[in-house]
Parts: sequence; C-alpha cells; structure tokens
Amino acid sequence: MIVLAAKRLVAMLLIMLVVSFILFSLFEADKMAVAGKVLGPYSSIEQREIWLSQNGYDEPFLSRYTQWVGGALHGDFGDSLQYKVPVSELLADRLKNTGILALIFFLIMIPLSLTLGVLAGMKEGSWLDRIISIFSVLTTSIPEFVTATFLTGLFVYTWQLLPGTSSMTGGFSWQEMILPVMVLVIYDFGYVTRMTRASMAEVMTSQYIRTAILKGLPYKRVIMRHALRNALIAPFTVIVLQLNWLLSGLVVVEVFFAYKGFGSLLVDAALFGDIYVIEACVMVAVFIAVFSQFISDIGYTLLNPRIRFS
Amino acid sequence: MTDAVKFDTALPAKRESRLKRFFQALALMRESPVGMIGLLLILFWVMMAILAPFLPLYDPNAIMAPFQKIGATAPDGGIFWLGTDHKGRDILSRIIWGAQKVLIWATFATFVAYVVGMLMGVLAGYKGGWADEIVSFIANIFLSFPFIILCIIIVATLGASGWTVVVAVTFASAPQIMRIVRGLVLDLKTRDYIFAAQTRGESPWYIMLVELLPNARGPLIVDACLRLGYTVVAIATLGFLGLGLPPPDPDWGLMLKEAVPLGAFAGHSMYLPAAALASLILGFNLLADGLREISLRD
Amino acid sequence: MLPTTAVTPVLECKNVNISYYTRAGEIPAVIDFNLTLMPGESMGIVGESGCGKSTVALAIMQYMGKNGRVKSGQILFNGRDLQTMGEDELRSIRGSQISMVYQEPMASLNPSMKIGEQLMEVPLYHESVTEAEAKQRSLDMLAAVRLPDPQRIMDAYPHQISGGQQQRVVIAMALLSKPALLLLDEPTTALDVTVEAGIVQLIKDISKQFGTSMIYISHNLGLILETCDRITVMYSGEAVEAGAVQSVFNEMRHPYTRGLFASIPLPGTNKNSRPLVPIRGQLPLPQNRPQGCYFSPRCDFFQAGRCDTKGGISMRPVSDEQRHDVRCVRFEDIDWANYRPIGLSGDKVEIGKTVLEVKHMKKYYELKDSSLIAMIKGKKVQYVKANEDINLVAHEAETVAIVGESGCGKSTFAKVLMGLEEATEGEVILNGLELSHTPVQQRKAQTVALLQMVFQNPFDTLNPSHTVGSQIARVIKKFDIESDPDKINQRVMELLDLVKLPRDFALRRPRQLSGGQKQRIGIARAFAGRPSVVVADEPVSALDVSVQAAVTGLLTDIQRNLKTTLLFISHDLSVVRYVSDRIVVMYLGHIMEQGTTDEIFNPPYHPYTEALLSAVPIADTSVKKRHIVLEGELPSPVNPPSGCPFQTRCPRKMCAICETQLPALQHTDTGHAIMCHIPIAELRKVEQVFQVEAAN
Ligand SMILES: Nc1ncnc2c1ncn2[C@@H]1O[C@H](COP(=O)(O)OP(=O)(O)OP(=O)(O)O)[C@@H](O)[C@H]1O
Ligand code: SF4
Ligand code: SF4
Ligand SMILES: [Mg+2]
Repeated sequence: MIVLAAKRLVAMLLIMLVVSFILFSLFEADKMAVAGKVLGPYSSIEQREIWLSQNGYDEPFLSRYTQWVGGALHGDFGDSLQYKVPVSELLADRLKNTGILALIFFLIMIPLSLTLGVLAGMKEGSWLDRIISIFSVLTTSIPEFVTATFLTGLFVYTWQLLPGTSSMTGGFSWQEMILPVMVLVIYDFGYVTRMTRASMAEVMTSQYIRTAILKGLPYKRVIMRHALRNALIAPFTVIVLQLNWLLSGLVVVEVFFAYKGFGSLLVDAALFGDIYVIEACVMVAVFIAVFSQFISDIGYTLLNPRIRFS
Repeated sequence: MTDAVKFDTALPAKRESRLKRFFQALALMRESPVGMIGLLLILFWVMMAILAPFLPLYDPNAIMAPFQKIGATAPDGGIFWLGTDHKGRDILSRIIWGAQKVLIWATFATFVAYVVGMLMGVLAGYKGGWADEIVSFIANIFLSFPFIILCIIIVATLGASGWTVVVAVTFASAPQIMRIVRGLVLDLKTRDYIFAAQTRGESPWYIMLVELLPNARGPLIVDACLRLGYTVVAIATLGFLGLGLPPPDPDWGLMLKEAVPLGAFAGHSMYLPAAALASLILGFNLLADGLREISLRD
Repeated sequence: MLPTTAVTPVLECKNVNISYYTRAGEIPAVIDFNLTLMPGESMGIVGESGCGKSTVALAIMQYMGKNGRVKSGQILFNGRDLQTMGEDELRSIRGSQISMVYQEPMASLNPSMKIGEQLMEVPLYHESVTEAEAKQRSLDMLAAVRLPDPQRIMDAYPHQISGGQQQRVVIAMALLSKPALLLLDEPTTALDVTVEAGIVQLIKDISKQFGTSMIYISHNLGLILETCDRITVMYSGEAVEAGAVQSVFNEMRHPYTRGLFASIPLPGTNKNSRPLVPIRGQLPLPQNRPQGCYFSPRCDFFQAGRCDTKGGISMRPVSDEQRHDVRCVRFEDIDWANYRPIGLSGDKVEIGKTVLEVKHMKKYYELKDSSLIAMIKGKKVQYVKANEDINLVAHEAETVAIVGESGCGKSTFAKVLMGLEEATEGEVILNGLELSHTPVQQRKAQTVALLQMVFQNPFDTLNPSHTVGSQIARVIKKFDIESDPDKINQRVMELLDLVKLPRDFALRRPRQLSGGQKQRIGIARAFAGRPSVVVADEPVSALDVSVQAAVTGLLTDIQRNLKTTLLFISHDLSVVRYVSDRIVVMYLGHIMEQGTTDEIFNPPYHPYTEALLSAVPIADTSVKKRHIVLEGELPSPVNPPSGCPFQTRCPRKMCAICETQLPALQHTDTGHAIMCHIPIAELRKVEQVFQVEAAN
C-alpha cells in the first residue's frame, strides 16, 4: 500500500518534470522569439539581444531550464507581459476565483448525479432509468458554450433575470455565479450519473446481490449495505478524475462569462502570447490533473478491500 | 454425419457475406430507436456537407445586408432563409459550409489519432514489459494535460490552422485510444487462439494486426463514434476561444463567439449555429449509445 | 404414483412451465416439470448445460430475474403455493426456510464485506437475536462446516480465503437458520477434485445431521449417486426420467439416460470389451426443439408417427416400480438386451520408437515481490516452482496422460514443450532435436509443425474474426505443407472430413458453431501440419457431457490412425483411464507417480494418487469405493512445503522424514515410478481404491 503510494508519487513527479521540460523547450528554446514576445514585434535585433543578455538568457539552455524550475518551485514564474505584475500574484487571485466556482459546482453536482445514478441503476430498464439515462445523454452531448448560449439567451436576453457576464467587477456576486455553475452542472452531471448508473446496474445483477436477496434481507438493507458500497467505488474515481475534465470546461465557461478565473487567464495569455503566464498556468493545470489521478488511484485501492489486502 | 457439401471457391461467398453483414448491421440499428435518431442526424449533416457546393447558396463570406431576420429578402431578390449575421453574411450558407469544414477536419483528425493510438495500444498491450512502460508513460504525460489546455498550448506554439487541430487532437486523443486498445488487448491476448498463433510461430506483428485487432473492433467502433463527437466539440471550442480554424471561413464556434454579445437583438444568429452544433454532436452520442446497446445484446 | 402417506411433501412442483422472454421471443426453459420432495429426502437434478436445472432452482426461490416468469403450474412449499405469496412473506421464507448454495462461491459473497457480517445478517434479520448471539451462532456454524480457525475467517474478506473455504462459508450461511429445504446448484463444479470430495462429504453429513431436505443440481451423475436418494434427469427443459437413485442407475428406461451412462467412462468400461458409446448430434437450442420428443433426432429408437406427435410426450410411471417415471412413448418396447450400438473401440496400436523425451526439466517463474517487507529484507525475487525435475518419454502412437489438480504445473509443462516458455533447466528432445531453449519463433517451420496443440476452451480456441476454413488454411500455408491455393483448399476439405464435419463449415465463422464443433475444428487445425506430437490440454472438459465422448473418441481415433503421439492433459482420471496408455500424476510441479494405466489404477499407489482416485465420483452402483478425504488446502506453488510436497495433506505421512526430505523416486522393474518415502513393498499392501462388483 505504502509502496504503491510511493511509486505513484514518483511517477507523478517524473511526469511533472517531463512536462515542465517540454513546456520550457516549446516556449523558451528559441531565445529570439522570447525577446520578440517581450519587446514586441517591432523591436530590432539589437534591442532583443541586449534584453536577452540583461535577463540571463546568454546561459546555456539546460542551466536556464534548471533556474526556471528552481524559480517555479518557489512560485516565481517571472512577470506577466500583458499585466506587468508577477505571474504568481495574478495566478493566486485567479486560482482563488476558479476554486470558488469549482467548489460550488462539486457541491451541487456530486449529490445530484450520485442520487440520480443510483436511482437509475437500481432498477435497470424501468421508466425512471430511461428518463434519467436519456436526459443525461442529452445534456452531456451539448458542449458547454452551446448550453451557455441557450441559457444566456433565455435568462439574460429574453427574461432578463440574470447578468450575462460574471466578471464580478463590483465584488463577489451570487447572481453572477448562477449561470456559470448551472452550465457546468448541466454539462457534467450526466457523465457521472451514467457512470454511477452503469456501476450500480452491474452490481445489482451480480451474484452476491442475488445471495443477499435470497438470504431474505430487506430490500433497503440489500441496497444500502450490499450494493451501494460496491457501486460507489467506480464513481469515486470518476469524480476525482473529473477535476481534469472540469479544467477544460472551466476554461470555456470562464471565457464565455468573462469570469476572472484561471481558465480565462490562460486563454488571454495564449491569445496575447504571454508566455510566462502560459507556462505557469499549464504547470498548475498539469499538477492538478496528475494529483487528482494520484488521489483517485489511492482512493480506489483504499475503497476496494480486494486490492487493499493483496 | 458427413453429408459433405460441394465446396466452391471461398472468395465470392466471402464478399457476399460481408455485404450481407453490413445490411444485417443496418437492420440491427433499426432496433435501437435512439441509435437510429443519431444516425439520421449525422446523415443529415453529412448530406449537407457533401451537397454544399451544389446547393443554391450565397457565398458564405459575401458581405451583404447585416442583421436580416429569418426569411428576409436579399438585395438581389433572393431569400435569406435563416437571415444574416452582424456583418451581413448569409447564415444558412455559413452553417452548411461550416458543417463541411468541421466534418472534414474532425474525421481526418480522429482517423490520425486512431492510427497512432491503436498502434501504441497494441504494442503496449501485446508486448508488455518495457514497451508497455515506455508507451504508457508517454501516454500518461499527454493524458495529464486537460484536453483544451493541450490544444491551447499546441495552437499557441504552432499557430491556428486545420493542421494544428489535427496535431492537437492526435496528441490529446491517441493516448486515450491507446489505453482502451491496451486494455482490450490485455484481455484478448490470453485467449487460446492467440496461443495457437504463437505455437505456430507467427510473428508478433501478424498476431497483433491479424489476430488481435479485428477482435477489438466492437468497442472501438463505439469509441470512434463518441470520439468524432468530441473532436467536433474540440474544433468548435477552439473556434469559440478564437484559437481555431482561421477566419473568415465559416466556423461554428467562431460564429457563436461573434453572435453571443449581440444576442439581445439578433437572437437567431446565436441560436442557429448553437442548434446546428448541438444536433451534430448529439447525433454522434446517440449513435454511439445505440451501437453500444446493440453490441451488448449480442 | 405417490405413496399415500399423511406427510406433506416439503416441496412439490406441479406441471411447472417456465419461460424467459427475450427480444427473439419467448424461450420455454422448463416444460411440464413435476417433482415431489419428502422431508429428509434428497433429490438430484442432473442434466447438461442449458437444460433448465438452474431455472428450476431459481423458480423455487421465486427469483426469476427481469425476463423470466413461471407461466403455469404450482410450486408448493410445505403445501403452500410460493407464487401466491407476497414479497414480505417470501422474504421471511428465503434464507430461513429455503436457502441456496451457488456454483461460484467467490462471486456469491460480497467482496467488500467481512465474512462475519455476511453470516450474522442471517440470524439478525430472520430471528431478531442479539449481535452476540448471532456471532456465536456464526462461529458455531463455521466450526460445523469444518473450517479451521472460525474466528479468523469471521474477520476475513472473501478473497482472503480459498475457493473450498468460500464454499464452506456459503454452506454455513445457508444452514444458519436451519432451513427445511436446501438448494445446491452445482456447488462443487468450480472446485478441484480433492476439494470437491471434502465438500461432498460435508453435504452428506449435513443432510444426516440436520435432516434437511435437499435438491442437488449437478451435471455429474457420480456426485448425484453419492449424495442423493432420488434423481430427476433433465433434457432440453423437460424431466425425462425420475426415480429412486438405485432404480434409475440400475435400470434406466429412457434412451437419453441410457445414452448418458453409456458415454461416460466408468471403471467398468474398456476400450475393447465395453467401449464408450457417444450420443450422436448435439443438444437442440430451445428455439429449435423438434416436435414431439425433444430427444428424437439423437435417439436410435425413434419411430415416426409415435415419437413426433404434436403436443409433446408425457411422463408415465414404470408399472412395477414405485415413483419411477419416464418420458418416452416406447420405453416398455425397447429391447435393451439386444441393443448393440457401435462403440468407440480402438484397436490396439503398436507403440513405436521414442518421439519425445524430457529430461530433468525445470521451469521456475520469477516473481517480483514489491512488498515493503521484502524490500527491507533485501530479498527481491521469489520463484514459483512450476515444474520440478520432469522426466518423461513418449513413443510413437502412444497416449500419455498428465493428471493433476489446478496449479500442479500441467499447463506450464505444455507451454515449455510448445516453446512459449523457456525451460529453466533440463532438456526437451523431439525426434532427436533439443528444443528446451529454442523459443517457438526461432524454431524451423517443420519443427513447429511437428508439435501442435488442442486447447481447452472451445469458445476461445478459434479466432472469432476469421472463417474456420481460413484458420485451417493459415496453418497449412505457415507450415509449408502446400502453397498452391487450390491444394490448400483441398487439404482443408480433407481435414474437415477427418473431423467428420460438413465441408461447407469452411465458410462459417466460429460463432455459428457449437462447442463440440469448434473443438473438432481445433483438432483439425492441430493435425493440419501432420504433427508427430499433439498436446491436448483438457480438450473436452468444457463440453457438454453427451458430446465429450464423441470428441474424445475422434481425437484418439485420428491419433491412432496417424500414429501420432498424444499428450493428454486432464484433471479427470476417468477419461484418462479410458484413453491413455501411460499416466503421469503431478502435484505442485513434481511428478509423484508415473506408470502404465494399469499400474496407476492398482496398488502400489502413491498416497496422492490414492486420494485422487478415491475423490473421483463414479456413477455406477456396482463400484465400491474407499473414501479418502484430504485435509487442508492445496499449498501455493510460491510457498511449497518443505520435504515432500504432499506432506501437508498426506494421510500416510510419516512425520519427520516427510517434512524434511524430498523423497526419492522408487522404480519397480517394469518402470513404474513412485516418489514417496514409504517403500514400494509397503505401498503394495494397500487395498484397491475401487472394486467393480460382478456386473449385472
Ligand atoms: N435470463 C435469461 N434470459 C433468456 N434465456 C435464459 C435466461 N436464463 C436462462 N435462459 C435459457 O434457459 C435455458 C435453461 O437455462 P438454465 O440456466 O436453467 O440451465 P442449466 O441447466 O442450469 O444449465 P447450466 O448447467 O449451464 O447451469 C437455457 O436455454 C438458457 O439459455
Ligand atoms: S419417445 Fe421416441 S424418440 Fe423419444 S426417447 Fe422415446 S423412443 Fe426415443
Ligand atoms: S513422502 Fe511422506 S508425505 Fe510424501 S507422499 Fe510419501 S508418505 Fe506422504
Ligand atoms: Mg445452471
């Protein structure tokens, strides 16, 4: 168990290392291009070379890379080209906003999809199951920004109930949170619901559930004690891995509603060519993804006695 | 017991049976209403994409009268069946040409991703050991990027174009396909017919390509269908973020991006591309669902 | 037809019809089923796969799944129809008055709950006793099913104990509330023979001790004979013969029952004097049942006009016997005394020169132990000793059987021979060529062709994506037997003829074939390259009983005609006795005994062979058998016991020496070899395991 965790941790660090190297080579191997990004397209070659030597770019690539990693470990990713402030400050603020959005989203999505999934999977083929299943295919099929378009059309333009942007310029506003959270939940709950349903349905047809029923146990006990525990193992991993998936969704939703979060920062940076911000954002995103994978693996092992004790 | 029947040559019968099997598969489809709806939606858009050059449409990039309502009369006396957008371009024409573009690039990108992913998957699953460790590690690296973020990085380095989309989709999808194929192969390779092939001394590539892959096709067809859907979403999302296929050619995602801020007074220019996108992706998802249902029955 | 007693039967099924409803329409799974079970009686239901045995059991439990339904008829439990009961009443009966034991113990236990909790549930919910009381009862019951250390088992998860122990737990669970009726659905099918013997003994003792009525479902006639008073034989959804075990076994009336007995290798059978008679054809699918008697296409006594009438055939009592019924219109007319079907007799073939020689072959697998303890101790590698010092010689036209339970190293041995694994030590010599270190890819095509294999699982043996013909053709091409397409085609046809399948099967895909037919194609494929040695790894164990004899017969026929050497790997001593010339008995990677078939089946026995022989269930009332039940579980090959590998379970163990020293092989002058510390002279004094009384 501990060995497994240690192995996973090493693999995780290794991936982070490789990713950082790829990233650094992609964006900073070509020094001239970096200087061009920093000083603008109309800067002369001489200006660029002066800037490069002033900022330590004369050193060989590998030592620049190690310095960059060292800086990154201390949270120092340089200054944003676009906003002229340290990337770390910018990032901390944006991550906080995204964190709030994600938290509210999870608080709604998890109970909703687990309940629906279990209800649907309990009696496979029942009308409740059909309705839930079809509804979740429909909602997952429609990409976030299409859902967002329709919801904006209705709530903002037609009924004029909610604000169409969530930039929170006048401080935190619950009203501005509603649409982004709604879009995320609608897009995402279906997937987890379907996973839960499939897992529950499989458990319900398993032989040990048959044993439990034919032991004469009350239905409630069969579901609560025998089925749920086994049925929720798979959704657990899915939900944790959702973090990775959610990051993609967040990018789109934040851009759509001009929410000042991590995702919109990344897209702005990509459009502007703000390489230091891109590097920082990607490292953070990959860290979240890899870390959630780690948690999900460990959690799966802990939940599953068959693996835990072997 | 041995009522030996006269045996003709094997080939014609085989060809016939392949055709028959295709029609049988189609007939099976009828049994899943959900899958059928999906198939119809996809066929509709595919027809549109194929017929685009032959339909009496305005040039999708021609700038005419802006903000025309649905069914408005065009300056040249024709009709803007679905109105025009803020720049005065015909929305119907843009949607149909947009369908062609997204379908072509999505299919091509998915195909490339599949070729790469399947080769990686069979290799990792069948060979095991070091080959598996290396391929899986490479896959894990790319899997650790959230999909859109990987696309953003690639577009940011390579610049926006159709080819960039292909590269991005390949990097993002191939590792997932690899995982699926690897799992299937790990299961299939313990079958006796694989041992039989090994005991005849078949080469590893023969076993991987002739003995293993054909048996993995069921789940892969379902996945390919879903994945086509994802790729359409990815292309549209990139367009929406302003990182997709470069303008002015019509792109559903970009159309939405431009229309949403003006939704208050030109709702149709926002709803129509949204509906087009939703219906196509829904088509892929429903078809995949139907296929899965049918494959589980048998 | 029923004895007129005042006692109500525990269970009575009256004209029960059960159907499954699928997309393809209604599938009648059980038709016109009748059964009467008196208190304390045990009823065996026997039949081949798909004949409706489990459906009957689940109908009794009133658990038919989503698409199953009892269409008509009554199922009376203690006189009350179970079908009229509501959910609550059923729940109070299930698990307390009727309980069930299932085929796969592992799957039947909840993987994420401790065994203790799963046991205690039963009294807790049925009798509302206290926790402490429930716990005590569970502990007592675990002891009653003879599980060692009940306390530890209570705290274990199902996967932490062995298959045999799991099944004992399931039985304990079923008995916890002293049910009036116990249903056992193939309770030992998933277990090894020696473990099975223990469970069967336990079931017999239980029915005596608790007086529980039992329904014992099995496809194995021998097991029914050992455990039951009465028997119902089912075929394709119908009961075809029912009666007391003794009368059915001694005087079976239905042609199917007769055929079944004639096709299983009993100790009395013999290749020359009393050969096996396979039943021709195969089981009909429920959709394709013929009109009238379902057995008619396979029956030698079929009479048009009588056997194929509309409306089916009904059960009729045998006139001079009590409670013996038969579903055949002609059973009184059949003259069994003059019925001489053609059996699978094999002429004795001269055994030729040495073809295959294995000398001191060892195969160890490395196991990487990544546990923390192993890392700290610095002991990284462990070995699984799959094969230890294997010595074996096989001659032309000879059949050598390798027998042993799961994990004894049979399949590893096959893999080393085939070149899929490299031997750790020793030599494998095929026609004078040393092969043990040449993996199959490096062997020449001719050499590879010389050594081919028939696989166990008919569903896996053929690639589902390619036609049958193309799979055989590939072998012919690969081994350079022919290269011209027409000639290859010709050869494929010849091979289909050889395995007695119609030629147009070449165009079929594997899923269009039945299990037996697939296995025939597997045989054709193995013989396509004109091999000199064929390794058959449990070639019939996954087939229906009535098809097994035909496939075994075919395989040995071809082998004899072509003078091929056959290595027949099996766990089933009865089949082995019938087909092989010599037998090798393996246990935990070691050869324990080796000799001719006669030598193995008669004293001197190796103590393990003796136990193995006694564990084989035999469906013959004239055979008297000694029962030896082995204690303990099969040790894991990762951690084999010190000294003699069999010492942890050996009933004849001689303490210290067996625990410390690996016994040497003792040879008799005829070449019979036994690995045991007990001198052969001593072993010779042991009594026969089974004796056939004068056949009637
Ligand atoms: N859920 C189901 N839906 C449709 N058909 C079924 C279902 N369960 C069983 N059957 C069919 O009913 C028939 C009887 O099946 P059953 O499981 O009772 O046989 P069995 O004698 O127990 O076989 P086995 O020895 O393989 O356990 C078979 O033809 C089987 O295919
Ligand atoms: S009824 Fe006829 S076909 Fe059926 S078993 Fe009896 S004799 Fe044979
Ligand atoms: S050596 Fe000892 S333990 Fe082994 S079989 Fe002989 S008597 Fe039994
Ligand atoms: Mg069964």
